[in-house]
Amino acid sequence: MSIWEYANPVKFMRLSGRVLPYVIALAAICLLSGMVWGYFFVPNAENFGGSVKVIYVHVPAAMMAINIWGMMLVTSLIWLIRRHHVSALAARAAAPIGAVMTLIALITGAVWGEPMWGTWWEWDPRLTSFLILFLFYLGYIALWAAVEDPDTAADLTGVLCLVGAVFAVLSRYAANFWNQGLHQGATLSLDKQKHIADVYWFPLLLCIAGFVFFFVALVLIRTRTEIRLRRLGALQQRERMA
Amino acid sequence: MIALLIRDLRLAVRAGGGFGLGLAFFLIVVTLVPFGVGPQGDILARIAPGILWLGALLACLLSLDRIFALDYEDGSLDLLVSAPIPLEGVVVMKALAHWLTTGLPLVIAAPVFGLLLHLPGDAQGWLVLSLLLGTPALSVLGTFGAALTVGLKRGGLLLSLLVLPFYVPTLIFGAELVSRGAQGMATQIPLLMLAGITAASVALIPFAAAAAIRVNLR
Amino acid sequence: MAADPASGLRVENLAVARGGLAVLEGVSFALAPGEALVLRGPNGIGKTTLLRTLAGLQPALAGEVSVPPESIAYAAHSDGIKATLSVAENLRFWAAVHGTRDISEPLSQMNLETLAERPANSLSAGQKRRLGLARLLVTGRPIWMLDEPTVSLDTDSVALFARVIADHLGQGGSALMATHIDLGLVSSRDLDLTPYKARAPEAGGISGAFDEVLS
Repeated sequence: MSIWEYANPVKFMRLSGRVLPYVIALAAICLLSGMVWGYFFVPNAENFGGSVKVIYVHVPAAMMAINIWGMMLVTSLIWLIRRHHVSALAARAAAPIGAVMTLIALITGAVWGEPMWGTWWEWDPRLTSFLILFLFYLGYIALWAAVEDPDTAADLTGVLCLVGAVFAVLSRYAANFWNQGLHQGATLSLDKQKHIADVYWFPLLLCIAGFVFFFVALVLIRTRTEIRLRRLGALQQRERMA
Repeated sequence: MIALLIRDLRLAVRAGGGFGLGLAFFLIVVTLVPFGVGPQGDILARIAPGILWLGALLACLLSLDRIFALDYEDGSLDLLVSAPIPLEGVVVMKALAHWLTTGLPLVIAAPVFGLLLHLPGDAQGWLVLSLLLGTPALSVLGTFGAALTVGLKRGGLLLSLLVLPFYVPTLIFGAELVSRGAQGMATQIPLLMLAGITAASVALIPFAAAAAIRVNLR
Repeated sequence: MAADPASGLRVENLAVARGGLAVLEGVSFALAPGEALVLRGPNGIGKTTLLRTLAGLQPALAGEVSVPPESIAYAAHSDGIKATLSVAENLRFWAAVHGTRDISEPLSQMNLETLAERPANSLSAGQKRRLGLARLLVTGRPIWMLDEPTVSLDTDSVALFARVIADHLGQGGSALMATHIDLGLVSSRDLDLTPYKARAPEAGGISGAFDEVLS
């Protein structure tokens, strides 16, 4: 048994079909409990007001926005190196979700920024680089849509994803250099920073876990759809050739 | 491979205004800016580095889709792929030809345009230097975008969407270099970053572009 | 790294794909020097795909080809001729790409000497095709792969084309062609591709990535 067995579309369909309900359930539990806890059972911070509660959407969405490109990078590499179709289709399935996550992070950021900084939008490096990341997502999705042959599209978008990852990171540092911003530093990291109190921390963790499960569920559903589409395409092509 | 460069340059000249078109576009951009923001010299001087860099970027973008499209249509690209020269070399020559026909004329003419926009005299040198260092990266990255979209019927708009995000770091450091130079601030970081981006792009992007062409011809 | 033309081209069990699915499989043939092979078969059988695969423009699914793509000169309907360059400039470019051979001989062989300084866009269809053939000569490669070489040619040009092919074969070259026209070549054989049509996976053919039935 190796993990590569599940790169076979049929095996992947079987496994993902079995796992999917649990992932959906986990996503629902985490999101519901995290949101309810965060919104109704946590006191307002004195110097932030009620608007701070947008972090339960903003922070997970922002994390996902970046990490989804990372996931696409890995799956694209697997496709380019090992030619597993499911991997390429998973990257394709993840891209629109990543774009929406980026958009959510930008919009909730604007909603939060207005009461905090007194402006909906500021050309702050963090905000700017999210906007650029959004453009990268758009280009990636557009290239998938534009190329007719699915294997060609998978190859081209794979290369675009690799080069894009490098330039997305580069743009982040360039933006940093270009304008020292007013956005606070990252709210959390693995070693749990000091400036966020436990009361906010735990519901936030739940929300992040919920977003991750939600993302996995969406990717599985969308990848399954893509596989069915490819199967349909293969059937039609066989019919034409016969 | 030099033969390829010579052929592409010759084609650019014969096609009429290979060198001039980008310059004319640049001139139009520079002419339109004062109409948009007003003729005050101090405002123009402050935004000049950004305008000139944006103009260079757009002038470069304008001609990208022709880098491979013509060779794709008449079958030359098939023949070049099966020719005994590395495709990566073909890509480099294509990018170089593009730079010589669009980037280099801009570099040379930039001081004139800087003058029109009241760019201070001591910033002129920085403007030329930044364009000289930065525009090769624009051409190489554009060649990559052109390689990705070579087989597509309406690739022009998609090409812009793909390529423009890649231009962000170059634009930031290029414009920053000029405005820092104009204000007499330290220029070392943007200078080195700009040179670094160009060097890395020229060294690595041709491999990605060649891979994309092979995929597209399959 | 031109392969020894004396050994000719041998293809064994070749399978080629279009759009991710096999279209031809088990293609085997030999092409000796001085010989021409004309690919036959209905439209869409995969003649172009086979030629492009042999020329190294796309990967084969399976099988062996005895010579590297470097000894194969490929030509499709469009010859890569630049309209704004002169005949000589077009040829000189491809000569340089392929390692600088003299272009005066191909020019005279194709009867193009008087047209050498004319821009290519002023040539007639037949003259353009002669220029395309001159480009094939310039590559110096022994095996020619021609995809529909007689499209848009009048009868005179077809006759000239047949003569050039015959000359090439006479000098120990070989040619693989996809064409519907009978060129009247002495040393020409037909290869019908119909028997090599790829079978469906159920019948034992090569299966694509999405041919398995989803549960």
